[in-house]
Amino acid sequence: MGGFILRRIGQTLVVLLVMSFIIYGLIGLMPGDPIDIMAASMPGVTPEVVAKLKAIYGLDQPLLLRYWRWLMAALQGDLGFSRTHSQPVLEVLTPALWQTCKLMLSSFFLSVAAALALGLLSALRPGGLADSVIGLFAFAGISVPVFWLALVLILTFAVWLHWLPASGMSNVGDGGFVDQLRHLVLPVLTLALANTGQFTRYVRAAMIETLRMDFIRTAWAKGAGAWRVVIVHGLRNALIPVVTIMALSFGTLFSGALVTETMFAQQGMGKMIYDSILSNDFNLALSGLLFATLVTLLSNLAADLAYGWLDPRITLK
Amino acid sequence: MTDISASSAIASDPSRRLDAAQSVWSLRWRRFKRHRGGMASLFVLAMLVLFCLSAYPLERYLGLDSNATDLLSRYDPPSAMHWLGTDEGGRDELVRLMYGGQISLFVGLLATVIGGSLGVTLGLIAGYWGGRVDSLLMRITDCVIALPLLPLLIVFAALDLTKLGFSSEFAHSGAAGFWRIIVIIAVVDWTAIARLVRAATLSVKERDYVLAARASGAGAIYLMAKHILPNIVTPIIVAFTLTVGRVILLESVLSFLGFGIVPPTPSWGNMLNNAQELVTTAPALAIYPGLLIFVTVIAVNFLGDGMQHAFDPRSDRR
Repeated sequence: MGGFILRRIGQTLVVLLVMSFIIYGLIGLMPGDPIDIMAASMPGVTPEVVAKLKAIYGLDQPLLLRYWRWLMAALQGDLGFSRTHSQPVLEVLTPALWQTCKLMLSSFFLSVAAALALGLLSALRPGGLADSVIGLFAFAGISVPVFWLALVLILTFAVWLHWLPASGMSNVGDGGFVDQLRHLVLPVLTLALANTGQFTRYVRAAMIETLRMDFIRTAWAKGAGAWRVVIVHGLRNALIPVVTIMALSFGTLFSGALVTETMFAQQGMGKMIYDSILSNDFNLALSGLLFATLVTLLSNLAADLAYGWLDPRITLK
Repeated sequence: MTDISASSAIASDPSRRLDAAQSVWSLRWRRFKRHRGGMASLFVLAMLVLFCLSAYPLERYLGLDSNATDLLSRYDPPSAMHWLGTDEGGRDELVRLMYGGQISLFVGLLATVIGGSLGVTLGLIAGYWGGRVDSLLMRITDCVIALPLLPLLIVFAALDLTKLGFSSEFAHSGAAGFWRIIVIIAVVDWTAIARLVRAATLSVKERDYVLAARASGAGAIYLMAKHILPNIVTPIIVAFTLTVGRVILLESVLSFLGFGIVPPTPSWGNMLNNAQELVTTAPALAIYPGLLIFVTVIAVNFLGDGMQHAFDPRSDRR
């Protein structure tokens, strides 16, 4: 087990390294050039000065060498300077990460809870009325464009009903806990609704599979109550594959967070990456993308480890 | 039923082959027809295609130009001339919805075919040869599945094509925007199909008829094309269908974020570019394009579901 964990961590690091190189190369292919952008805002800069600046910052060096320098600096905690925020990248990144965590975790738990209830309900009588209705709902959840779902929720709850604010993270001059919470309701709801459909299908499939097992028949036969059979014997076993798949869906969740944050003007990681790419803030885009990758890779690692931990029949080597 | 006579007919008369081949599909069609969701979605999709294709006739009939802006008639309410009103550029909303649908559906199909073919090829290679090739390909697949796709797609979409050696006029043309989104979606959305094909290939390649063919000297390419692929084609069709839905969603969100189809060419995604403004000024316009995406994708998913049901011989016994 220990060896397995170490190997998986090693693999994760390798993937992260490869991804960092790929992303570094891609960012270099985006339009514009950091020094040219800088020079454009400073009249009177001669081409010689520009060339000199590029030499100073090493932009005339080959890609591999630049990447190596960036990597060495990044490993020492220096992720560079954000052009648009006029702040070190780390100081922009940290609050954004925190904001995204709030959004992603709360909608993740909300959709997991809903999916467990709905999936269980439809697995009890496959083909029944509840199953059909829930199945339709799940299909809708998979098929809805997240940004449009956000639009519809904004229209309904902010524009027509005036119940909740449509965008931003807090009102000017307020910013208390309740105010922040009110601003989080619609984004969380959007993201949760969009994920519940897929999760419900996972739970339903795993539950139907589990309820066919011999040990369930045994449990019924020895006279255990319905609750005990379904929850203790059924759900606990069905959860094993479900937990893994849910943890693996963190990448999708992050993509959803990007859309949701953009729609609701929440200053999280997703919107930050989006804005930084739009405004050619290379350092910020690079670090933001890498952080997003890191978070997803870590959740995948957690999923792998959880699988072995939840199911003792699986030996990891 | 007629199985025995049909198979003896195949043996004796090559021209009857088509009949026998059709009977499998007619059986499947009969089973598909019993799947209400599948049939309904087939009808809805046919209607949608008809809707999108009537863009040009309607444009001519009403005497409009769907790309000409008229700032004096922004957000006009529905009228005899503009059945669903006009958008922020004074352009006819309905005709643009139809043209946008053509783009969205076309991108969905094309990117699926390209990405799907990539997936089928990689899956076949991994499944057939196994060993190191297999583990390398599957590692890559795992990685791509795990990555946060949307941010990466945005980076791909933001790349400066001139830095990749394309001419400046191509890089800024509408065609570049169209092909770019197809290519970048195809580059990331092949994983599900690759996995599926690999698993199916693994189980099929050990069958006796494959062994027999190999023993009589069939090469790898021949085996894959002639014996493996035809036997795993049904799950591939289902997977392709489901991919179309996912691709349409991806295209719409990228176009919505401004990284996909470039205006003035409409797509269901980029018609919502100014959604924040629409919500307060013309809520109906914020609803239409998304509703069409929603209906299309849900119909495509139901179609996939229906096909899965029809292709699975076990699905009749429930």
